[in-house]
Amino acid sequence: MNERLIFELSRPGRQGVMPPKNDVPKKDVRSLLPSDMLREDEPQLPEVSELDTVRHYTRLSRMNYGVDVGFYPLGSCTMKYNPKVCEDAANLPGFTRIHPYQPEETVQGALELMYDTQQYLAEITGMDAVSLQPAAGAHGELTGLLIIKAYLKHKGEKRTKVIVPDSAHGTNPATAALTGFKVVEVKSDQRGNVDIEALKEAVDEETAALMLTNPNTLGLFEENIVQIAEIVHNAGGLLYYDGANMNAIMGITSPGNMGFDVVHLNLHKTFSTPHGGGGPGSGPVGVKAELEPFLPSPVVVKENDVYRLDYHRPLSIGKVRSFYASFGVIVKAYTYLISQGGCGLKSVSEHAVLNANYLMHRLAGHLNIPYDRRCMHEFVCNPRGLKEKGVRTLDLAKRMLDYGYHPPTVYFPLIVEEVMMVEPTETESKETLDKFADSVIEILKEAAEDPEKILTAPHDTPVGRLDEVNAARKPVLRYIK
Amino acid sequence: MANIPGELKYSKEHEWVKVDGGRAVIGITDYAQDSLGDIVFVELPNVGDTFEAGDTLGVVESVKAASDIYTPLSGKVVEINRELEDSPEVINEDPYEKGWMVVLELSDPSQVENLLSKEEYEQFLEENA
Repeated sequence: MNERLIFELSRPGRQGVMPPKNDVPKKDVRSLLPSDMLREDEPQLPEVSELDTVRHYTRLSRMNYGVDVGFYPLGSCTMKYNPKVCEDAANLPGFTRIHPYQPEETVQGALELMYDTQQYLAEITGMDAVSLQPAAGAHGELTGLLIIKAYLKHKGEKRTKVIVPDSAHGTNPATAALTGFKVVEVKSDQRGNVDIEALKEAVDEETAALMLTNPNTLGLFEENIVQIAEIVHNAGGLLYYDGANMNAIMGITSPGNMGFDVVHLNLHKTFSTPHGGGGPGSGPVGVKAELEPFLPSPVVVKENDVYRLDYHRPLSIGKVRSFYASFGVIVKAYTYLISQGGCGLKSVSEHAVLNANYLMHRLAGHLNIPYDRRCMHEFVCNPRGLKEKGVRTLDLAKRMLDYGYHPPTVYFPLIVEEVMMVEPTETESKETLDKFADSVIEILKEAAEDPEKILTAPHDTPVGRLDEVNAARKPVLRYIK
Repeated sequence: MANIPGELKYSKEHEWVKVDGGRAVIGITDYAQDSLGDIVFVELPNVGDTFEAGDTLGVVESVKAASDIYTPLSGKVVEINRELEDSPEVINEDPYEKGWMVVLELSDPSQVENLLSKEEYEQFLEENA
């Protein structure tokens, strides 16, 4: 890459800004701050001109790749396309210029928007009440399990185990462990479902909850979900729905219908709000009526057409976040919800599933599809017969960069060898899907005929193959001259 | 084809076990290290920790994924391979010798009978890989 670090552009004495003359009395910093808060060496700040700085960052920004630039089959699992109208709504001065300490009667519109979002999300998930507080998906999981823990404690039950399938997102066992539960893993069966016999064996009077994603991370609908719910409920446990794959089922079925008691959603996945650098995330939690008293506070309530923040919740797990959640993000999700409407959301899911199935069928003759089933909004696949040539999934992913695509998720879920997980989402056209499929087929052909080309990819990106191993083993996290 | 020494025992979770009297050395197989790819971090238990067969003994993290290591035998940890903390790549380079992970003092040596032989593990890999 010919772009140097901003530190390397630095020249002694070069300046981009001219601070005005100091018009307050000068004081020694040592008289103002405790000595252990003071650094001993000069900070290594780059000395650069304004134009050099602007050019540097503009060049870097042009190397960026996002869903606004090209196809990005990481799908809703990372972030869907964000409609621009949602940004417009969140930028309305009535939303941007309010303050969290304003009296409730002066922010009725904002509270109404939050209340309506709670109601819509409850309707979509089949839950009775929703909290918008959690800051993102994993935080939603933590909140959900804290609610389950508080509920069980209130009932005087001592349950110590949380069951997760081997196809689960890594955050599920992590959340269960952080909440103080013992994690028990159950296997998947040959069809990619939770193995019912293994589940029966794992569930007992110690079981607090089963955490499940449906469709699961293989992109497959858990066909025995009703039976699974029965097994867990009969043992006195609860069902937790990881909403990461909600994009597949909106308006068709709901976690409530399937027997789930607690659910978290990722607004930045299913409801088209930004994520990553453009975030923050948002991970609302929905519960069935029995668990409602345990929701974090505050919850927005409506009484006689007046909205207020309800803090008086004696059984609540308490506050999980400052103020009233990621409000701007909620405005964007609300805008998405009302611009789609009920029928629109259903058609989002239908198209997401259709697109994934179409792409899977286009690639089926060229890649191995380990589960011979119709997929939901995403599918898993792996290459055939390339191992002998030393070509792995990672190499195929690197070559996709040369074709102008961000590669799909690789090496997750863990239960499929050399896996690729492809999620096109509902917004992609048939032409885009065809072009991507053609590129993948071309790359597979290259891999068979000229593996060297794949093994040394990418060739056309600003940097070539990065040393990921060294980056993980010996990360350099700050610039040192 | 993965290297599977004849003198060791194996688990379906891809650990190898070298039994020596009442003690067992445990590591991960060549197949496991190859599937994981370059290993960048290893988390081992503390000496003195006790485990039941099937418990999570530690974690190996590669550039691809973090995976649990399960103990196929019950027992108490009497030794851990501290070298792995600084040089996890040893597991990739030499999974059966320098890449050993823990030594257990077995609480139930009869569990060794449940482990797979070289031939059985080979067949298991053929059927499942």
